Amino acid sequence: MSATVTTMLLVAVQCGLLLALAPVRVGLMRQVRARLEGRAGAGVLQPWRDLAKLARKEPLRAPGVRFGGALPVLLMGASLLLVALLPLLQTATLVAVPDDLFVVVSVLLLGTVAIALLGLDSGTAFGGMGASRHMTVAALVEPTILVAVYALSIPVGTSNLSAIVSARLDHPATVVAPVSLLALVALFIVVIAETGRLPVDNPSTHLELTMIHEAMILESSGRDLGWVEYASWLRLGALLALVANLAAPWGVVQHLHVLAVLIAMVALVLKVAVLGAAIASGEVFLAKLRLFRVPELLAGSFVLAFLAVTASYLTV
Amino acid sequence: MTDAGFTQVLGSCAGVLILTAVLQLWRRSLSGSVTLLALQGAALSALIGTIGVAAADPELIGVAVLVLAIKAVAIPIVLGRTAAATGARREDAPRINPTAALLLSAVLTTVAYLASRPILGAAPDAAQRAVPVGIAVVLIGFLLLLTRRQAISQLIGFVVLDNGIAMIALLTAGGVPLVVELGVSLDVLLVVLILRVLTGRLKHVFGATDLDDLTELHD
Repeated sequence: MSATVTTMLLVAVQCGLLLALAPVRVGLMRQVRARLEGRAGAGVLQPWRDLAKLARKEPLRAPGVRFGGALPVLLMGASLLLVALLPLLQTATLVAVPDDLFVVVSVLLLGTVAIALLGLDSGTAFGGMGASRHMTVAALVEPTILVAVYALSIPVGTSNLSAIVSARLDHPATVVAPVSLLALVALFIVVIAETGRLPVDNPSTHLELTMIHEAMILESSGRDLGWVEYASWLRLGALLALVANLAAPWGVVQHLHVLAVLIAMVALVLKVAVLGAAIASGEVFLAKLRLFRVPELLAGSFVLAFLAVTASYLTV
Repeated sequence: MTDAGFTQVLGSCAGVLILTAVLQLWRRSLSGSVTLLALQGAALSALIGTIGVAAADPELIGVAVLVLAIKAVAIPIVLGRTAAATGARREDAPRINPTAALLLSAVLTTVAYLASRPILGAAPDAAQRAVPVGIAVVLIGFLLLLTRRQAISQLIGFVVLDNGIAMIALLTAGGVPLVVELGVSLDVLLVVLILRVLTGRLKHVFGATDLDDLTELHD
């Protein structure tokens, strides 16, 4: 088997794993939260059951809606591409599609634009407000992601994410260096903001005037809603897995072997489960920030990322 | 201590110093600011101690202990008591909002790096590479002094400024004599004590510690 075919096979395994487990991760986070709040919870498989139910239902679209079913599918495509690009299981890359930092951020932005258009397309005031807020947050988030990963890329000398993960595997001392800690904290904050978790957005309610994500998908229904939810979960799963892999790169396949791939899969599932459970238990203690305080949080994370860059010149 | 280990510890201490300075701009609660100031003093002391151990200089280690006692323990305790005595809990309305202040601190850090380029020379060693961080801490201390309204937060800005100056002096000169550091640190402690008394008077006369009340002359 040639190297390209093997890499493509691994990318397919990675996509399949995340597709299968993204709803389970959401279920796990809801379950952890429910238990901590003293509720029984619906079980970790409830998101899958919701998806199955939504997939059977016919979407209702308002008469003026232009793009209808195309945007949810575009969003899903962007999320899938993101999963395929990120070095989650292995550090080998396809030559044709490099998992360069800038490619990854632009794919992320593609999904952001798709969901914002979806909010605008419905023609309601809520959708437009949600889209405008989402773009505001995105405009503050994207530079921070770029700067934070740039800080991690300085010691490696390339903006290729696979090379960064692989270099961190080879030199474990760089993982706990101050540069890497600052950059990871900044990255974590922006991932939380980008995927609409507390304290930036409340994922568990339709009933707040300042909501972001729910405002945009308020008018979606049936299959459309199913795609949008699935794509958003996949996106959060992929970004969490990236943060987990940068924070603890152990388990990622470097030398191809069936056993190594299995270990990498188990390690990835464990890392994402631990991180997801930690976020869910943190969210119990958090209230949503006022919308006008959100830029403060994001500016803070930008400065952390910026300091990480300056600090990386300190120790080179 | 190995060379790489020395660089790592030095980098971590400098990182904590600048991080605590930036977080001062972010935090509004005064007790949080005082805790950050204590942390910053401890980081400065650790920085001096690291250089002292690397240079096997007992005088520098003495300076580190002195700085730990004054800047990480004495000054934060005095400031914490002042805050408790005057009842001031939060810095409610700084002159520029925290978002702008945080972004400004990024600009100041860049300025510090650009400004310190001529000082560093062609081949800076690990200690000299941390000089821009010291300059950035000084600039952020100035920013705190300029933008805060509460007397106690201005005091905190002053101590941050002094921490930055101490850091630059240490890193460029490769160490400070014990007598000099003793003089400077006791001076700072004295200033903090005097300003504590003044803050108490301010509270007594105006009922608040907002320095904007001090714009008119009275008999």
